[in-house]
Amino acid sequence: MTQRARNWLLLAPAGIWFLVMLIIPLTVVFIFSFGERAPSGGVVLALTVEQYANLPARWAAFKNTMTLAPIGTLSALLIAYPLAYFLAVKADPRWKTILLVLVIVPFWTSILIRSYAWIFLLGGRGIPALLEWVGIEGLRLINTPFAVLVGIIYGYLPLMVFPIFVSLDKLDKRLLEASSDLGAKPWKTFLQVTLPLSIPGIATGCMLVFILLMGEYLIPALLGGGKVFFVGNALVDLFLQSRNWAYGSAVAVTLVVVMLIIVTIYMRLISRLGANREDVSIM
Amino acid sequence: MRFYAICVYLFLYIPIGVIALFSFNAGRHASQLQGFSTKWYGKALSNPFVMDALETSLIVAFCSALFASVFGTMAAVALQGIRGPVRVAFDMLIYVAVMIPGIVIGIATLIGLVTVFNQLNPVIAAIWPAGFNPPKLRMGIGSLIAAHTMFLMALVAIIVRARLAGMDRTLNEASSDLYATPLGTFRQVTLPMIFPAILAGFLLSFTFSFDDFIIAFFVAGSETTLPIYVFSSIRRGVTPEINAIGAMVMGVSLLLLISAQLLLKRERRKSR
Repeated sequence: MTQRARNWLLLAPAGIWFLVMLIIPLTVVFIFSFGERAPSGGVVLALTVEQYANLPARWAAFKNTMTLAPIGTLSALLIAYPLAYFLAVKADPRWKTILLVLVIVPFWTSILIRSYAWIFLLGGRGIPALLEWVGIEGLRLINTPFAVLVGIIYGYLPLMVFPIFVSLDKLDKRLLEASSDLGAKPWKTFLQVTLPLSIPGIATGCMLVFILLMGEYLIPALLGGGKVFFVGNALVDLFLQSRNWAYGSAVAVTLVVVMLIIVTIYMRLISRLGANREDVSIM
Repeated sequence: MRFYAICVYLFLYIPIGVIALFSFNAGRHASQLQGFSTKWYGKALSNPFVMDALETSLIVAFCSALFASVFGTMAAVALQGIRGPVRVAFDMLIYVAVMIPGIVIGIATLIGLVTVFNQLNPVIAAIWPAGFNPPKLRMGIGSLIAAHTMFLMALVAIIVRARLAGMDRTLNEASSDLYATPLGTFRQVTLPMIFPAILAGFLLSFTFSFDDFIIAFFVAGSETTLPIYVFSSIRRGVTPEINAIGAMVMGVSLLLLISAQLLLKRERRKSR
């Protein structure tokens, strides 16, 4: 058997799998998004933009996603950066690896259970009960945008810390010494040396978190109590409850397109800042 | 700075700790501590719905992780020797498979497969010998395994390719110069070197599949996986039984993760 034939044979299962489980399904979604709802609940194929014209009916879901996803990403960044800095620059090298692993481990465990923990903590007998004890009463935390934000930060913080850590860890520490030897104050060294050199990590972290947040369903479903819903929640409703496949497909296509546009613009901006696109791995 | 780090670690681990703590609560109420007991673990483990869901989840996770490791590795090995449009296409597919939101994978698989099944079922019924009940294709454990395998395969391919890229190519050349067959070279040189990466990929895939909720929610049909069971129970209210299940799920994930990390680390050390 020639090398060529062997390679084709090795690629065949993955290729067929991608074709049947990724390319064909995504194409079906795309085609259905131009269809009409059948009276029986299925889709009548057509070539209409009616579903897309109807998108404003789900405007609230898009608005919630497009406000809470950036706010969540930014909050995670602000909390993650000092920790990544501590791990990469200040922490005792002997403890570095174990401390980093401790940050990443929660990310690889069930996000369902981790969000559930916050229902518990933010619910009536959790933090509000503690606050009542010190005199702050009647505070409702669960089923608010705040609860969703906490869930988002909690869920995605590890994913933000890791790439920033990698870029800070690679940074040549002699640059920092050189900067301070030349009389720069610590904050100036940070702003002019450390921060610019860690932009690739910041860019990767923000992009990963933002992309995952755009498709989020569980956190708003569990902590937002049906009041704070994302596009993901609208999609579950459209496909599993009201079974409006044509409209649901249009919403899904729009979500992916919006995501692609944002990521493309973002990549352009970042590459103009002179960063490169490495370290996308999360392990 | 150190104080800040401690605060963030507390933020990360207190919620997990609270779940673990309350899973040993003797009281009937989920949020009042009343002494130590393991009875909720017993309750959860003797609940037939939980055990059914657990069994489904384990079967799905094992099969998806196995298929993903085998096909993902095969693709990674083949892509090493391929240039041109096929490689570009596969790179893109792998990228799309891991980047696209899980919810979109779930939706696409659901309506894609249901549409295909609706076309195929009459055909199967027509060609099936009379007198036998024709099989009916429907959403279930098979479609869930297929959907998980699709994106986990991409994940394994990424991990194994990273390992292959770090490998010394001269070893392969030396092996073939010494008249080893390509299969022999693969079995005795390449495979031992990439094996830790494959195993780590398998373990990560297993955890991913075991913990996945959103794809299963769309694709599992009438089957219930453990995350689906937990989700619908949470909707009905917080119970100590869920705490016990949650603590167990976390424990299993942690165990698998630590194994995967150790494997990847040992491999990294070896490659130095």
